[in-house]
Amino acid sequence: MSREIIHQTAAEMSAELASGNVTAVELANAHFDRISAVDGDIHAFLHLDREGALAQAASVDASRKAGEKVNPLAGVPLALKDVLTQKGVPTTCGSKMLEGWRPPYDSTVVTNLKKAGVVILGKTNMDEFAMGSSTENSAYGTTRNPWDLSRIPGGSGGGSSAALAGFEAPLAIGTDTGGSIRQPAAVTGTVGVKPTYGSVSRYGLVAFSSSLDQAGPCARTVLDTAMLHEVIAGYDPKDSTSINAPVGKMVEAAKKLDVKGMKIGVVKELAGDGYQAGVTTRFNGALEALLSAGAEIVEVSAPSFEYALAAYYLIAPSEASSNLARFDSMRYGIRIGDDGSRSAEEVMKMTREVGFGKEVKRRIILGTYALSSGYYDAYYGSAQKVRTLIKRDYEAAFAKVDVLVSPTCPTTAFKIGEKSDDPVAMYLNDVCTIPVNLAGIGGMSLPCGLAPEDGLPVGFQIMSPAMKDELMYQVGGTLEAALQSSWGQPLYASAPTLAVK
Amino acid sequence: MALNYDQALEKYEPTLGLEVHVELNTNSKMFCGCATEFGASPNTQTCPVCLGLPGSLPVVNAKAIESSIRIGLALNCSITPFSRFARKNYFYPDMPKNFQTSQYDEPICVNGYLDVTIDTDEGPKVYRVDIERVHMEEDTGKSLHVGGATGRIHGAEHSLLDYNRAGIPLVEIVTRIIPGTDKYAPEVARAYVAELRDILRSLGVSDVKMEQGSLRCDANLSISPRNSGTLGTRSETKNVNSLRSVERAVRGEIIRQANRLESGERIIQETRHFQEESGETRSGRSKETAEDYRYFPEPDLLPIVADPAWVEELRVALPVKPSIRRKKLQEAWGVPDKEMAAMINAELLDTVEETVALGAEPTKARSWWLGEVSRLANEKSVEPTSLIQPSEIAEIIALIAAGELTDKLARQVVEGVINGEGNPSMVIEKRGLKVVSDDSSLMVAIEAAIASQPETAEKVRSGNIPAAGALIGAVMKATGGQADAAKVRELLLKHLGQA
Ligand SMILES: [Zn+2]
Repeated sequence: MSREIIHQTAAEMSAELASGNVTAVELANAHFDRISAVDGDIHAFLHLDREGALAQAASVDASRKAGEKVNPLAGVPLALKDVLTQKGVPTTCGSKMLEGWRPPYDSTVVTNLKKAGVVILGKTNMDEFAMGSSTENSAYGTTRNPWDLSRIPGGSGGGSSAALAGFEAPLAIGTDTGGSIRQPAAVTGTVGVKPTYGSVSRYGLVAFSSSLDQAGPCARTVLDTAMLHEVIAGYDPKDSTSINAPVGKMVEAAKKLDVKGMKIGVVKELAGDGYQAGVTTRFNGALEALLSAGAEIVEVSAPSFEYALAAYYLIAPSEASSNLARFDSMRYGIRIGDDGSRSAEEVMKMTREVGFGKEVKRRIILGTYALSSGYYDAYYGSAQKVRTLIKRDYEAAFAKVDVLVSPTCPTTAFKIGEKSDDPVAMYLNDVCTIPVNLAGIGGMSLPCGLAPEDGLPVGFQIMSPAMKDELMYQVGGTLEAALQSSWGQPLYASAPTLAVK
Repeated sequence: MALNYDQALEKYEPTLGLEVHVELNTNSKMFCGCATEFGASPNTQTCPVCLGLPGSLPVVNAKAIESSIRIGLALNCSITPFSRFARKNYFYPDMPKNFQTSQYDEPICVNGYLDVTIDTDEGPKVYRVDIERVHMEEDTGKSLHVGGATGRIHGAEHSLLDYNRAGIPLVEIVTRIIPGTDKYAPEVARAYVAELRDILRSLGVSDVKMEQGSLRCDANLSISPRNSGTLGTRSETKNVNSLRSVERAVRGEIIRQANRLESGERIIQETRHFQEESGETRSGRSKETAEDYRYFPEPDLLPIVADPAWVEELRVALPVKPSIRRKKLQEAWGVPDKEMAAMINAELLDTVEETVALGAEPTKARSWWLGEVSRLANEKSVEPTSLIQPSEIAEIIALIAAGELTDKLARQVVEGVINGEGNPSMVIEKRGLKVVSDDSSLMVAIEAAIASQPETAEKVRSGNIPAAGALIGAVMKATGGQADAAKVRELLLKHLGQA
């Protein structure tokens, strides 16, 4: 492909901006042009904030011109998952329920992005309230995978991953409750990081499952992801579960390109039956690359992971059933049936009937049941015990190795519609990513090649101990460099150009 | 024929338990920084957190935790080393998140007690009320039902929601069943709430104003046939807005339940609302089918770990218990039991104490507050303390003691202050009420009287003392009757060389 500015990495764009070769306004416009050209096919964005983005870009240009010290990412465009509030900008969470809602406040992630001068282009599509693995559950239509428009871009953050793979933005924000950053990254050949729980503020992240949700950085390279990570992370007194500790040096770690002497554990339970052959091939290839780079590779067992999926589908829906109770039409969002003849309770019911999609209703019902008296101990209570066991498995593993690795998901991107009638098949997509959320540790997905059988990207997952997110950047950065030198170019460079219409 | 209270008690025994909700007087709400001032314009004290906007998160008010621990300590509770918030899930329009952040199986204080004394036929008797738990939670918003005849939700044309109250910190204090109250259940209930209120006030943790809802009492009551050894179905009476109402509500519920059972009906497990006018309760929400609140630990908040050393510091710094304080005051003032009881019952003990602290003599302070001020307050159906300040009563008492006001004039001063004519000295000034005892101003009037009746003055000078009456009369008239007649006579005779 002919290399245009939109094909650059965020780090490259940052350098161009710093040297004055391009302005932030030009960069934003180049991306808006790209979005106009291809988003009709991809449908990554639900809302574009041209005015806000160009104003921010102009302000960054003025700061740079005035010689002010700015963040390296100042002026670099970003796509924001529509689950984070941005003052005055529509925030729907992919749900009809919130159609037309413009939040009166910024999420802390957005506050941090604005402070750094990052230019937010718009809000990206997602499975409704982040529940799904394909964006097929969005009330506003499915996002398509730029690698193959008949396939899903992953979910719930499929809009963000597709925007990156389609060169509509060099940076994106996702949120990850059971894999919603990492699985979309895997199936679109991009990089996505779920930071340690509590290291990025959840204030302004519309909650799906409070004890699992975590916002994180997404980009096309490990370094770009690290740069964005440092911008959005940090202690926030508005989030009681936020960890009061300094942000680690992710950029430095991503640039180390050295894993000599590191111990890397391969999780035995996250392989075998049900894993696509090409996924296993590329995963093993990546292990070879790490071995060649000087890492020690060992096999590690995590016996409780077997129960992770079941525990997750009790904990997440339980918390969701409570978190989503507030959508009752009384204060914001849509309101159905308020014709003066109905009680508030009837209007609430009608609104929830119309406002929520099938998957959201399924999970609310599941969670309501699991929390009901008489069932609580058997379901929610047991799930919490499994959670403790999974944490212990990780603790035992991290006593022996520096990081753990696995494929990010068992398969490459599946066809749109292929699993939409089979929720369990859909849920199984997250089998490798879910344990990370249950334990609250960090996880990264980066591309490790294209599966020979379908030519689609395969994701490689790196898991690091809580508050040691630097380790996954160090390993990820090293692996990325090794693989790119063997391929001769980054994986994303071989993505389809997408004919401009 | 309907049973009266005594007849009801002959056949049935009551079982009583009380739940008291206290609004803490913290400056900010339980989980956000919004102000908590009472009476602000609707929805002006709100933010994304207390409106439950998508994405918002709670942060615990540390002061509220401190207040809750102090309440627990004052009620002889154990402070749990590890407690947690939980979500109580149910739908209601005035509840922004459709769950209330509360405490469930891990409350902050447990297993306390409070002793209360009531007058019985056999003299004063102490009842020990066991406290099961003290826990924290957030208040809900308020619904205002507009249109329709009743102001209630049914039949209203529409409803307005005010979220100023949403998220105000509440502490709920739950008793166990109070054993052996029998026919004194209404008095025990009242005495418990009164004693609790005094304790909360002495701690300074709440405004404890029942009429404003900063202290709310729910009375759980059931009755069972005497000596049956069974427990009846209970009702939960809400909307009890004064101490007097607590007593009336319990009494009314005993009579209602007894008469229902007498007529062969069963008691329905339900919420009932106390009606101030009739003294009866009205049926509210049924609790026949146990509501499932699907409690689970609040994932947005960390558990509360109370540092034992800090708890100990709070314990040491607790104020003197109101019962002990009352005893000390009684000794210091030397007032008989009956007068002391009258002050406590009238809820004027603090006010009298404050007045005494400002220099007033205890019996005088008591008689002004319980007498004239209470009488006027009754006429206006308001609290005595809303009419006049302790400092003003103390000032008036001091003026009487100095001879500058007579009791009769003092009553006019009180009336003036209550009418909003200003503080006592302003009222005295404006109404010209001061006893004219100032020699120089009296002398002016005396000289004027002498000048206008020279012959009479001459008669007095020459020894005709009774003739002075006409001159004294003239002085009294000139001073509007406010001069002390004896003083006028003394000064006049002295001036005319006859003293
Ligand atoms: Zn607030």
